[in-house]
Amino acid sequence: MCLGVPGRVVSVSEWTAVVDFWGVRREVRLDIVDEPVSPGDYVLNHVGFAIRRIPAEDIEQTLALYEELIEQAPPDDLMALDVRGEIHGAGDRNE
Amino acid sequence: MNDLRLDAALRQLKFRDPLVARRLAEAIAATVAEIGRSPVSVMHVCGSHEQAIAKFGLRATFPKDLNVIMGPGCPVCITDMPEVDEGVALARQGVIVASYGDMLKVRGTALSLNDAQAEGATVEVVYSAAQAVQLARKTDREVVFFSTGFETTAVATAAVLEAGPPDNFSVLSAHKYIPPVMEIVAEMPETRVEGFLAAGHAATITGWGIFEPFVERHRIPVVVAGFEPLDILAGLARLVELVRDREPRVVNMFPRCVTREGNKRAQERLWNVFRPVGGRWRGIAHVPNGNLRLRDEWARFDARRRFTIDLASLWDGVPSALTADCICGDIMSGIASPDDCKLFGKECVPDTPVGACMVSSEGTCKIWHQYGGHPDLAAL
Repeated sequence: MCLGVPGRVVSVSEWTAVVDFWGVRREVRLDIVDEPVSPGDYVLNHVGFAIRRIPAEDIEQTLALYEELIEQAPPDDLMALDVRGEIHGAGDRNE
Repeated sequence: MNDLRLDAALRQLKFRDPLVARRLAEAIAATVAEIGRSPVSVMHVCGSHEQAIAKFGLRATFPKDLNVIMGPGCPVCITDMPEVDEGVALARQGVIVASYGDMLKVRGTALSLNDAQAEGATVEVVYSAAQAVQLARKTDREVVFFSTGFETTAVATAAVLEAGPPDNFSVLSAHKYIPPVMEIVAEMPETRVEGFLAAGHAATITGWGIFEPFVERHRIPVVVAGFEPLDILAGLARLVELVRDREPRVVNMFPRCVTREGNKRAQERLWNVFRPVGGRWRGIAHVPNGNLRLRDEWARFDARRRFTIDLASLWDGVPSALTADCICGDIMSGIASPDDCKLFGKECVPDTPVGACMVSSEGTCKIWHQYGGHPDLAAL
């Protein structure tokens, strides 16, 4: 769970943002993120909350591990399951 | 270390940047050799660090005199039996109990939330505190969020309370706070921990400055590290240097995520809702200030104050006979490893776990069961 999951901000409303996680769009809350976010920014998320805006120069390095887990790890891989759990932790957009 | 073996390990492990990996592995080996003691023991306190160390086989690149151990870094595992009992008792009393998935499988004194569900209680899996609030909005029944996890996760629980949940929502907090348990483990004579690797994303919230009083008191260095295999190797390389140089300080090796101050907004929310109190961590010890409980201002959302929790109803239950042989507590204290447990991989496997360390995806036993703990160097 400590891994969190990064995603790209698609749109922002007052307290929430729609965030794209490898093609899956979910809603995350912005109550505790450290800086204002805008569409196009990447944020690190944990249990449904954005906890940090990822600086542009760090995005590539941050995404690499997750891409490996999402795209290459077997379905029962513990790290990959935790990352998928974090994506579920973001809300359905209809809720 | 034998060069051919390091070669083989590095090749097999497919580092993103093999040259950097080699340089770091060699630096770690050289520094540990300079220290000249065996073993040099360092501890990390994060399930995700152990997952990455085990998944990527990093122990194959460590010198044999370096012992990298996982401490109490699995929040599901260190949730104490009486805390699980409270959740189970509430579920059996007819409220809806919502919690993170792994929590359902962990036994209290005798029963787990899954057992309560099998008896007819309503228990729901959620992936976030906000989803537990959504449940409450859709029902007239009482919904108790059995909230576990370290400070990083407690912040999210705090935020949903501050956002104004419905009246039928309350929180049974089993949240734990990592810095105080580091003090306990550092003082255990059996562990002989000489340095700590701190978890990057938890420090995103708390900031690395939070470790400075600890370093001051215990004269033990702390390095904050990320989760990439290279991040972990770089963190360990710096940590063993600090051990060698007897230089107790905090070094942040994860600046792309962690600042000295951390996320102030999140910290304000955390401490506005929670206060630290002493309490037991399963299998380890009583940890002063190690538990996070709701402040008096939030009493109306505190399940412990809203309900009379009938724990006595669970006292007739009989714990599994195997529980007596489970050494989860020693593993989480860093005194033993899963290989030391006679149940590991035999009576205790992920489908039929005996101890909490085999239940959670962040438990040392479950991680070693999937990835292996000590890669077989002879096989490389």
